[in-house]
Amino acid sequence: MRLKHKDLLGLEYLDREEINLILETARPFKELFTRSVKKVPPLRGKTVVLLFYEPSTRTRISFELAAKRLSADVLNISASTSSVAKGESLIDTAKTLEAMKADFVVIRHSMAGAPQILARTIKASIINAGDGTHEHPTQGLLDMFTIWEKKGRLSGLKVAIVGDLLHSRVARSNIWGLNKMGAKVYVVGPATLIPPKIEEMGVKVYYDLDEVIGELDVINILRIQMERQKENLFPSLREYNEIFGITDERLKRAKKDLLVMHPGPMNRGIEISSSVADSPRSVITEQVTNGIAVRMAVLYLLAGGDSQGVKR
Amino acid sequence: MKLVIRNGRVVDAKNKIDKKADILIENGKIVKIGESSQFRPGDVTRSTMTINATGKVVTPGLIDMHTHLREPGREDEETIASGTRAAAQGGFTSICCMPNTQPVVDSVSGVKFILATASQEGVVNVYPIGSITKGQKGEELAEIGKMRIAGIVAISDDGKPVMNTQTMRRALEYAKMFNLPVISHCEDLNLSVGGVMNEGFTSTILGLKGIPRQAEEIMVARDIALAELTGGKLHLAHITTRRSVELICQAKKKRIRVTCETAPHYFSLSEEDVQGYNTNTKTNPPLRTKDDIKALCEGLADGTIDCIASDHAPHLDVEKDLEYNMAPFGIIGLETMLSLILTNLVRKKILSLNQAIAKLTVNPANILGLEKGSLSIGADADLTIIDLNLERKIGNEFTSQSKNSPFIGMELKGFPVATIVAGKVVMKDGKLV
Repeated sequence: MRLKHKDLLGLEYLDREEINLILETARPFKELFTRSVKKVPPLRGKTVVLLFYEPSTRTRISFELAAKRLSADVLNISASTSSVAKGESLIDTAKTLEAMKADFVVIRHSMAGAPQILARTIKASIINAGDGTHEHPTQGLLDMFTIWEKKGRLSGLKVAIVGDLLHSRVARSNIWGLNKMGAKVYVVGPATLIPPKIEEMGVKVYYDLDEVIGELDVINILRIQMERQKENLFPSLREYNEIFGITDERLKRAKKDLLVMHPGPMNRGIEISSSVADSPRSVITEQVTNGIAVRMAVLYLLAGGDSQGVKR
Repeated sequence: MKLVIRNGRVVDAKNKIDKKADILIENGKIVKIGESSQFRPGDVTRSTMTINATGKVVTPGLIDMHTHLREPGREDEETIASGTRAAAQGGFTSICCMPNTQPVVDSVSGVKFILATASQEGVVNVYPIGSITKGQKGEELAEIGKMRIAGIVAISDDGKPVMNTQTMRRALEYAKMFNLPVISHCEDLNLSVGGVMNEGFTSTILGLKGIPRQAEEIMVARDIALAELTGGKLHLAHITTRRSVELICQAKKKRIRVTCETAPHYFSLSEEDVQGYNTNTKTNPPLRTKDDIKALCEGLADGTIDCIASDHAPHLDVEKDLEYNMAPFGIIGLETMLSLILTNLVRKKILSLNQAIAKLTVNPANILGLEKGSLSIGADADLTIIDLNLERKIGNEFTSQSKNSPFIGMELKGFPVATIVAGKVVMKDGKLV
């Protein structure tokens, strides 16, 4: 089996089988990391461009490692040091990359829809590494991979996403993906940070985490950005922490095997307490490792690889 | 100079005519309408130019009361010359242009510039709209009376709603003296800030910031209250939501002086068309929901919505070929408006042909106080000839200097085939003369 599209723009556009395929394919790649030589040849001779219009460390490095471990050549372009800073439009940048025969463009952009513009302009495979508040599909996939690995399944699990849903592309990708895989998704956060009509995506909205904490199998905690306070979306970080912060106290009523996740970077002491972040329930650092495996799977499959090729 | 239009179906909403007739035009005026048998031997001679309108509809020249011609200031996007040609191409013989040019039309000199340029370079009638406040800043009133004398037909701060309620009150009160309509772009800027499309499920999944419908409705309600307070003549531009229609319907029942328009994109497209991030769907107010489309159709049918205007807003490809957030609001409409009305309203039996033509002729003429929009004997010979059966796919060739249309690729049925301004044929067989 193969992926149906040349691009990975969002989990909205994948079906259950495709998501399964990516997760299954990521598993052998992850096993590779335990070996002394972590590199395999499938993308030899291919060029992967990392086009980052927004600062990012973890996602960029994760994609870079993923591409390099597949033997691809990797090019880093960041907005501040390129012609983008001279006012070049996204479409012109895209055409330049096309002329350089890039096979993959991994794009991170502050505006929703930027990857779509690339995808319809050039032939290269476009991978969305986060576009505005739209989607961050590889994060959604790595979160699902992490859950699947720990719990052995996704279907029937109860997953809460907590925090600033309004500005979260991670949340949107998680919701699309988890719903397709049969999980039950709750979103919890201040009413001002819940996007309009999000319940139509098939989630339940709660303003009080304690109402659902006992049922949860997974809690995925989103980063709360300091600047949202200035937009009057909540009164203070202290108040946010008191009402929505995840602490040991709050988790007392949770299941013993609750998984605690966070896409990073964390604000310790605000959305998550240090002791929760470092507790045995936390899989936050494993998410990082899994991110590389999942991104290898995505690159490999978009390059035309199939599920047979990676079986040992 | 004589012109006869033969054998067309003549539709004139003002004079309640809908019959097959010939129309005789002499020296730029309509001199006779009737069956061929009613014409005397001397009426049509060998030197009389003849247009055969068999199988076509002949209407009073269409009026678009809401366009942006961009001149002065943004002649790269549109000029009075190109914009009036786009109007002629679309079957319009009279258009109003909004004052949000650079500089803003907020004084007599601006009005004179538009009128002088239009008479030299334009091919259809151009009626300028002056700004309500100086520089459209929403603070001091512009010289409304002087601009009225110079030839404006309405005042509006268009894209920049007058947020100060006291200023809006004064404008309605003051303009009342001149019987001048105050055209309001209803948008509470505090509520819409940063938004690029309708707020709802689609904006949530696309990750685009929404503009709630209430941003429009609150200002519709406010302006209606002010019209009631002042007795001023209020015209609400591009109405898009169900509640706006309801509020206006109630106001009209209370005999408050309010009229309104909607634009073809609001009943032809919905927020769902924003999927894919096509920036040609980015317009302000934004495309709404299917339920709003239904409400607009009801409002058009029952007369709550008086007219249809294009809000023709040209932008260059380089301005529009950007990320959705960065592209400017606005789409062009002069060349697709009539076809969209015929395809989406008349063919679907939401409006009769007569009703549709009224919303493009006599109704805007009445709102603006223009001696236009009818085929009365002695009236200016502004006419549009329409082929209801002509089908065409909208391509990306436009007479307008811009081509930011979300309708490219759409199959439409019913197109203007001739435009006549003061007895002069400016567009024939779909081509500019």
